[in-house]
Amino acid sequence: MISEAQSGAFSRRTLVVLMEDKPGVLSHVTNLFRRRNYNIESLTVGHSETPGISRMTVVVHANDAVLEQVIKQLYKLINVTKVTDITDDAAVIRELALIKVHATGADRAEIKQLVDIFRAQIIDVAHESLTVEVTGTEDKIDSMIEMLRPFGIKELTRTGRVAMVRGAARTNGDR
Amino acid sequence: MKLNGAQILWECLVREGVEVVFGITGGAVLPIYDEMPKYPIHHVTMRHEQAAAHAADGYARATGKVGVCLATSGPGATNLVTGIATAQMDSSPIVAITGQVATSALGTDGFQEVDTTGITLPITKHNYLITNVRDLARSVREAFYIARTGKPGAVLIDIVKDAQQAECEFEYPEQVYLPGYRPHVRGNQRQIKQAAEMINAAQRPVIIAGRGVLIAHAEEELRTLAEKAHIPVVTTLLGKSALPETHPLCLGMGGMHGEAYANLAMQEADLIFGIGTRFDDRLTSTASTFAPKAKVIHADIEPAEISKRIRVDVPIVGDARNVLQALLPLVHEAEHTEWLECIAKWREDTLAHDILWQETDELVPQYVIRTIWEATCGEALMVTDVGQNQMWEAQYYLHNRPRGLISSGGLGTMGFALPAAIGVAMGRPDCRVWVVAGDGGFQMTLQELATVVQEKLPLKIAILNNGFLGMVRQWQELFYNKNYSGSPLLGPDFVKLAEAYSIPGLRVTKKEEVVEAVQRAEAMEGPVLIDFQIEQEHNVYPIVPVGQPIHQMIRRPIRARAQSAACERQGGEA
Repeated sequence: MISEAQSGAFSRRTLVVLMEDKPGVLSHVTNLFRRRNYNIESLTVGHSETPGISRMTVVVHANDAVLEQVIKQLYKLINVTKVTDITDDAAVIRELALIKVHATGADRAEIKQLVDIFRAQIIDVAHESLTVEVTGTEDKIDSMIEMLRPFGIKELTRTGRVAMVRGAARTNGDR
Repeated sequence: MKLNGAQILWECLVREGVEVVFGITGGAVLPIYDEMPKYPIHHVTMRHEQAAAHAADGYARATGKVGVCLATSGPGATNLVTGIATAQMDSSPIVAITGQVATSALGTDGFQEVDTTGITLPITKHNYLITNVRDLARSVREAFYIARTGKPGAVLIDIVKDAQQAECEFEYPEQVYLPGYRPHVRGNQRQIKQAAEMINAAQRPVIIAGRGVLIAHAEEELRTLAEKAHIPVVTTLLGKSALPETHPLCLGMGGMHGEAYANLAMQEADLIFGIGTRFDDRLTSTASTFAPKAKVIHADIEPAEISKRIRVDVPIVGDARNVLQALLPLVHEAEHTEWLECIAKWREDTLAHDILWQETDELVPQYVIRTIWEATCGEALMVTDVGQNQMWEAQYYLHNRPRGLISSGGLGTMGFALPAAIGVAMGRPDCRVWVVAGDGGFQMTLQELATVVQEKLPLKIAILNNGFLGMVRQWQELFYNKNYSGSPLLGPDFVKLAEAYSIPGLRVTKKEEVVEAVQRAEAMEGPVLIDFQIEQEHNVYPIVPVGQPIHQMIRRPIRARAQSAACERQGGEA
């Protein structure tokens, strides 16, 4: 049996998954995670640099043994072409959030200041609210949200992680 | 050449070498059925779609070719589900084709509409929803390729009705392009070398052979390796017959109902070489207690099976035949005399325990199976259902013919035997086919007796009739205080039932009638059903209670039930 000691502690692992852009492929992946009882923290998907190939970034809570199974099970899917664990690689990791925050009177200036500190942007202005776009690591976005919360967050949406290994290395190609 | 979708489907099936399709027609497959008579493919009209999938599965297991089943949308498709899951769990290559409502009705909860690809997604190796006739030929080609290669499995193609009717230029794709699907068939040479070194160094090695050996047709290689290096072979249920079961090195099935000597061999081994097996829980029981003294080599064609349940020292991803061929020259001739003598002692002890069924005057199932075994010289294709009947067959029918046992191992689908046997008999008309089922499982799919008659299939059907869902009753007896909740089962008069289908029926109620009935059945040309009214509360032993290590089994009682209030619990130093 694969014991805890042999397979390490649970932590957040980031996988980049390349797959053929075919109908149903996303449901194959999400169904796999549900069925095998893997714990996804975030999942984003979109086009890659190659036409017909989608790129997914998955953050999964796993230990070494679970992660090995996740990767193997992903490879079992017919349309998945490449799975890379970039947890231990030097990688650029970003998330994006849109935050609609209550803003009247003096609050507006204060929010503007916070936005500048976080190198975020105000992308929509209304009489009683501002919409802020912030990009960065999860921590940065968490702190931005915490800073804005006292003003009253009316609406919030954030993407999951997207990630790319630093330097010239590519995450594509055949397995 | 411009063809409609239905014609393209049949053209593709013909090119894939399909000779028989098991199905039931319906509204959403009418265009497909309309074209069918023009093509040289035999259609077997089944009585239930579940049975169509089991028949395709049985056909695939018996022939090694891809089995095909066909059903309409909605309930036709949902009825296939059990059969598809059964095939997928046991790596049986089938292609299931379903009709779907027209594109205009898709997603509107139309009449007989169901999300077939959504429902079957987790129980197929891959599936397709065809909404454009242009995608059809390529998808059918891919479906067959995916079903039969790598770790074989079930693939479903759902075709909307208008795509069956729409026309397009037909071109059969000669090549399959699947960049994300490249099965590894050759094992890594470095790992094979490492495995050979471990085999050569082992003092108490055991091979565990699974169905992968039979799928890869590696039984000759397995035998050569076992004989050359003098290694005893335990099989899984579905690995039975990978080595002839009368071979001195064959220890038969291991696991929950495995013989003590097979289980003890695994527990005492210093090396386990698992090949074509997924080390499932019925074999290993709790994984942490399995083969505690052994290093493990695991060869399987599916990387995801390796290190899934059991820690592995040397993983080899490859086809059983290639791996064994590569391994053979590297493995030294050896004699493990001491080890085999030790196992022989355990075997003697087991045989000394296994006497009750021979001494009793009651009609007991072990005697029925042994009689069939003797009458068929271990050469019949045995199609078994699930439960006690399956385990008695596994324990008392020693298969000499590779792929001689066809049974639902992984999913454990009751009702499998009769419809699967229809596929088996269609695929192997040269073989004697016996069905072994309990009265419970048989009643789940007995409507297929009509198909047996329709296709004139000479099935020999043995019902081990104990008036219970027997395995459940056994667990209730052993682990639930004899609280027989939900397990007693009323059945029909099976002889009259058979006769209603114009199948000769025999009833056997006494031990002394067994031999004659089996011989009569063997002598008959057509199908026959025998209702063996066996002792009602007879148990399968040995049994490893769930959660126990596989050497801690409840062994066979050596005295009649009335005298032995409690079964002997014995393990470890058997």
